[in-house]
Amino acid sequence: MAVLHATPFRLGVASWLVPVRAALVSLVGGGVLFLLVAVDLSVGDFPIPVGDVIRTLLGGGDDAGQRFVVMELRLPQTMVAVAVGAALGLAGALTQTLARNPLASPDILGITEGAAFAAVAAIVLTGASGYGGGLVSGRLQEVGLPLAAFAGAITTAVLLYLLSWRRGLDMQRLVLIGIGLGATLTAGTSYLLVNARIQDAASAQVWLSGSLTGRGWEHVRPVLLALAVLTPLALVLIRSLNAMLLGDDAAQGLGVRLQLTQLGVLFVAVGLASVSVAAVGPLAFVAFVVPQVALRLTGGSRPPVLASMVAGGVLVVAADLITRAVLPFALPAGIVTAAIGAPYLIWLLIRTNRRRTV
Amino acid sequence: MSVGASAGSRLGAEQMTVGYGGDPVVRDLTLDIPDGRITAIVGPNGCGKSTLLRTLARLLTPTGGRVRLDGDAITAVATREVSRRLSLLPQSPIAPEGLLVRDLVGRGRHPHQTWFRQWSPEDEQVVEQALRMTDTWELRDRALDQLSGGQRQRAWIAMTLAQDTDLVLLDEPTTFLDLAHQVEVLDLVSRLNRERGRTVAMVLHDLNLAARYSDLVVVMKDGAVVASGPPQEIFTSQLLADVFGLRADILDDPRTGLPVVVPVSAPAPLPL
Repeated sequence: MAVLHATPFRLGVASWLVPVRAALVSLVGGGVLFLLVAVDLSVGDFPIPVGDVIRTLLGGGDDAGQRFVVMELRLPQTMVAVAVGAALGLAGALTQTLARNPLASPDILGITEGAAFAAVAAIVLTGASGYGGGLVSGRLQEVGLPLAAFAGAITTAVLLYLLSWRRGLDMQRLVLIGIGLGATLTAGTSYLLVNARIQDAASAQVWLSGSLTGRGWEHVRPVLLALAVLTPLALVLIRSLNAMLLGDDAAQGLGVRLQLTQLGVLFVAVGLASVSVAAVGPLAFVAFVVPQVALRLTGGSRPPVLASMVAGGVLVVAADLITRAVLPFALPAGIVTAAIGAPYLIWLLIRTNRRRTV
Repeated sequence: MSVGASAGSRLGAEQMTVGYGGDPVVRDLTLDIPDGRITAIVGPNGCGKSTLLRTLARLLTPTGGRVRLDGDAITAVATREVSRRLSLLPQSPIAPEGLLVRDLVGRGRHPHQTWFRQWSPEDEQVVEQALRMTDTWELRDRALDQLSGGQRQRAWIAMTLAQDTDLVLLDEPTTFLDLAHQVEVLDLVSRLNRERGRTVAMVLHDLNLAARYSDLVVVMKDGAVVASGPPQEIFTSQLLADVFGLRADILDDPRTGLPVVVPVSAPAPLPL
């Protein structure tokens, strides 16, 4: 274990300390994720052998029909699952590290609830749901919902930041106020649903359960863009976060600019969480559970960044696979992520406790 | 043991007033931390000694006067630059569960690292030296939460040592330790000073340990400095009565010649 801890990686004058076990977990996780993606793409009304899927993905495959099904019909939905899982995993890892508290994930702090409230308000108040209360479509889905969700998330985050401020950001306060905000916003969402037209309420409900069904490239793009911009920022911030794990005083003594780091981390986490919610609705438990699961797999002193992203992708793609292929009836992916994620975390916690006491 | 005129001072407070909103905790305080010496700040609870140390470390901004670091106001020096010249061990530092000693000590290199240089050979070397000097080398792969109080405190001191600054501020480094471990930690502090030439300023509770381990003692009461100087000059029964409300005799340690504070219990109010 000690040997497996960390090894220096040097390239000219550049140098990094690579956490070996976390890197291995990320690599193996990446492999698992790739296989899951291939399986996810192979199942459906028109089954395609996994081998053909992988060949098509890697640029081969001569069957134009297979190619169309894999790349155009199925890939967007699978890619949404991967991207959203990675974004939520990263967002959760960052906020949990910042607050030094596993409860502090965007979905517990009310940020997801803020996005959901605003999105449901957009669906209900415009009364523009699809025929028969299906998924919202058209411009509202493409532009309106993402904007509403983003605005809701940002507003909640700003409110959370201001209310938690007491001569500096008090993390204990942040978690408690976040839980309070979340409860209030959930109540607000329920109120909107109760007063909505039945069609609007139905389509809002589908969205609220976190659904991956029928996602196209227009859902994937914003999430990928957010990941491309915010992941490097997260990798820069994590150095300061490492020092902040030693407490605010020690971190300042080590030359960390506290407020800048706190604001930066919240900005990245809120950005990632809100584009995810905008794309697929509030997928329950992913941002909360995934970093903790990843932490127990990698065994460090804080949730790992890369491993959390990979684990997030694995969980959400697995949820998509289960809803589409395993269950005999259609179930929103958000219910599956909660159903897999929560018991797995509990099992990990029990197992770790046993090992410690033995 | 001569302290004073000859010694320069890189760090000091000039007519500094500081508080947490409301009444200031430290008022109009002027103090020089002499280079290459160990300075102990003592005083009763709530006298502002921790506040003074935190302000010297730039954790608090003075509302009046200034903290001087190498001739400049410390508030005008960039956070990172301060952390390359001055290290601080906070009063009750926290560490996440499972943090290894080597990782903790490695964090001390933070001010010297950039994103592209996160673990240079120099980092590795300085961390190893810090671990060896504090006798935590053998513990480097252990989790901090598995160590005894004294070992843990040595690991934290190793972190400030890895920060590689001439100025070291320690806020009550011996709290919660039993006497043997207090002595162990202060022996280490003394070695940092003698062998590495570090300037140390520390808040201490125990007057005898302050007398034993410091060149200069600063006595504070109600946010002001009441006395400062070598312990053998300033420790008097009168001072202890004035500052701590403590009746005590001051004896000379026959071995070191340093003052020893021996509290005298108050006479029983009623004969039993």
